[in-house]
Amino acid sequence: MHLNGLRQLGAITLMNLRNVPDRLSTSLVAAVGVAGVVTILVGVLSMSEGFRSVLQYAGHDDVAIVLRGGSNDEMSSGLSLDQTRLIADAPQVVRAADGPLASPELYVIIDVPMRTTGTAANVPLRGVGTQARLLRQDFRILSGRMFEPGKFEVIVGQSAARQFRGLNAGSTVHWGSTDWYVAGIFADRGSVAEGEVWTDATVLQNAYNRGTSYQSVRVQLRRAADLARYAATLQADPRLTVRVMSERVFYQEQSRIITAVIESVGSVIAVLMGLGAVFAALNTMYSTVAVRTREIATLRALGFGALPVVTSVLSEAMLLGLAGGLLGCLAAWLGFNGVETSTMNWASFSQITFAFRVTPALMMRGLSYGLLLALIGGLLPAIRAARQSVVAGLRAN
Amino acid sequence: MSVLKYLPLLRANLWRRRIRTLLTFASVATAFLLFGLLIALRHAISGGVELSGADRLITMHKVSFIMSLPRSYVERVASLPGVRAVTAASWFGGNYRDERSTIVAEAADADTLLAVYPELALPDDQRRAWLQDTTGMIVGEALANTYKWKVGDVIPLHSNIYRKRDGSNVWELRVDGIFRNSNNGDTNALFFHYQYFNEPRSFGRDQVGWLVLRVKDPAQSATIARRIDALFANSDTETKTSSERAFAQTFINQVGNIGAIIAIVVGAVFFTMLMVTANTMGQSIRERTPELAVMKTLGFSGAQILGLVLSESLLITLLGSAVGMLLARGLTALARPALQQYLPLLGIPASAWLAAMGFAAVLGLLAGALPAWSAWRLRITDALRQGG
Repeated sequence: MHLNGLRQLGAITLMNLRNVPDRLSTSLVAAVGVAGVVTILVGVLSMSEGFRSVLQYAGHDDVAIVLRGGSNDEMSSGLSLDQTRLIADAPQVVRAADGPLASPELYVIIDVPMRTTGTAANVPLRGVGTQARLLRQDFRILSGRMFEPGKFEVIVGQSAARQFRGLNAGSTVHWGSTDWYVAGIFADRGSVAEGEVWTDATVLQNAYNRGTSYQSVRVQLRRAADLARYAATLQADPRLTVRVMSERVFYQEQSRIITAVIESVGSVIAVLMGLGAVFAALNTMYSTVAVRTREIATLRALGFGALPVVTSVLSEAMLLGLAGGLLGCLAAWLGFNGVETSTMNWASFSQITFAFRVTPALMMRGLSYGLLLALIGGLLPAIRAARQSVVAGLRAN
Repeated sequence: MSVLKYLPLLRANLWRRRIRTLLTFASVATAFLLFGLLIALRHAISGGVELSGADRLITMHKVSFIMSLPRSYVERVASLPGVRAVTAASWFGGNYRDERSTIVAEAADADTLLAVYPELALPDDQRRAWLQDTTGMIVGEALANTYKWKVGDVIPLHSNIYRKRDGSNVWELRVDGIFRNSNNGDTNALFFHYQYFNEPRSFGRDQVGWLVLRVKDPAQSATIARRIDALFANSDTETKTSSERAFAQTFINQVGNIGAIIAIVVGAVFFTMLMVTANTMGQSIRERTPELAVMKTLGFSGAQILGLVLSESLLITLLGSAVGMLLARGLTALARPALQQYLPLLGIPASAWLAAMGFAAVLGLLAGALPAWSAWRLRITDALRQGG
């Protein structure tokens, strides 16, 4: 009995699937409907994935970032030279031959035109200490050379160089009353730093009348587990009121709002488009069932059960969903993967440059959503097919 | 010839396959619901550009807006010919209780602020009260609603930038008035007196963030902007003056190309819906081929048949778009109170209704075109034979 049921199921499903090409235009509509939804869903999610990953790559657990107490971002923070020394001298910080591995940094904004619109954008200009590159293990100069400390020279992250106008190695840019020489282009394995412009912190202090003040200090801890003890050491010092975070946590905080916004807007779009695709799939499957009325009735008259009929309709729907899902993933990958863009980071009012990332996990998510839509679209027509009366069905033309 | 006499025929045709018609209608309505919501979102993000005053200019530090200007610039700009009023504003970076959400709080010159922004509507008694009370502030309606502030409340604000010289970071401000925006613009902001903030702050004294000015003749804006920048050229603090509209657009551009993203999504949705509707119409015409042949035999002209088929598809898309847009309007109206703080301009602009009608008409015509064409060219003998 069981075996017989299974054989029935296989026979009828195969027969049905072989007939799909006969109903090509209708089937195509259902598949394209699903493909459209999957493309947009994966596309939107790849935007938030890309945004999250530039910030995540930037964050190490064993690098701590120290801000003034009460500040959430570098822009609103401020630390004096003495304070930065105390922060770097704590025992949990790695010491190199020429002192602790720490970089007191300054963070300001400059107006640079975007390549796409030509309008000004707030590009971050970071003044860094001499050891900044040692705190970022993947840092390397792609072309040109490092800026020379004490001179009006900058190096530009590679994605900033691509997004904004005039930031090429060897060129000179005019900001404020100063001419800056672009000494080189750097990479940092796709992290947020690649969207920034770097210079010597003391030069930047002079150019911006900041005296000897800084905004943040980055330090290399001996071990990631030392973070809590390091924070306790600094907080115990009455000369300091600071906030200590691991770099990873700091960047997670910065990306929290934007990824939440992108993902919630993306979900609303995906649900509504999904609704539209379900209507399309229902339409297709109802008309498929209508076309097959006599065939199904004949099968039932020959002794095929209701279950094989339901399965054959459902599997046709799922096959269309799978085809649409794969098509959608391909379209999203071709259309979005690697596309570079920049947006406003509201935490610091400055531009953050990132690339869309279509990952395998996202494609799986898109594909499962496509299959779910197809399942919903196939279920009601399948039930109708199984319940229709054999006699009336045989009479239908 | 009355078009109306075809209505029963149209209805009968559409109602023949009820489920199919309803499903097609529902997918069109969903597409336009999504269209309406996306347009509302875009309007919420970039609508401020349209609301910005044509006669207002913004002068800020040439290097970037985070750098400040000497306060003396106010007088120097005010003395230029063609300038009606100048006010100075400074970003305060305010927090209230929750230090994560920053309040739009600005220190401003009270009397000139209201002259430069005439759309800030304030009852006369509240206006007088604020002008006399240097420890007072005026709060936008949306912001006041968010935190349930009332006139007379004293609110302790914190700044994430400024501290007082005595080290404290509590700035107490009395709510003297609650303003509305007569242009339906953003009211998610508060303003307080510059003196209150300038005296105690620990750094940046006698500096202001930026200048906002109103010109007498908007046609002179560009000339005046150039004249202002020339006035401070080659000084320690050079300026950049742009129209308020250009300034707002610069900010919106930085958020990202919202227009392009929305166009991609809407394009994908409409393409899918076009396929769905065209397929439905195609199926429906294929099924009715013999019937159409009978109609032609009875004397219906090819053009009449074509019109009938196109009307069917137009009826579905036009009604579907109307229902979708109405749903979108209902949903944005429901969501507005909750999102007021983040998206104060959420709503569907009038132009979007026109665009939706246009899209629906194009969609209906395109979807009906192929089936209508084949129905028009139908040869009676072939069709009757096929039906037999």
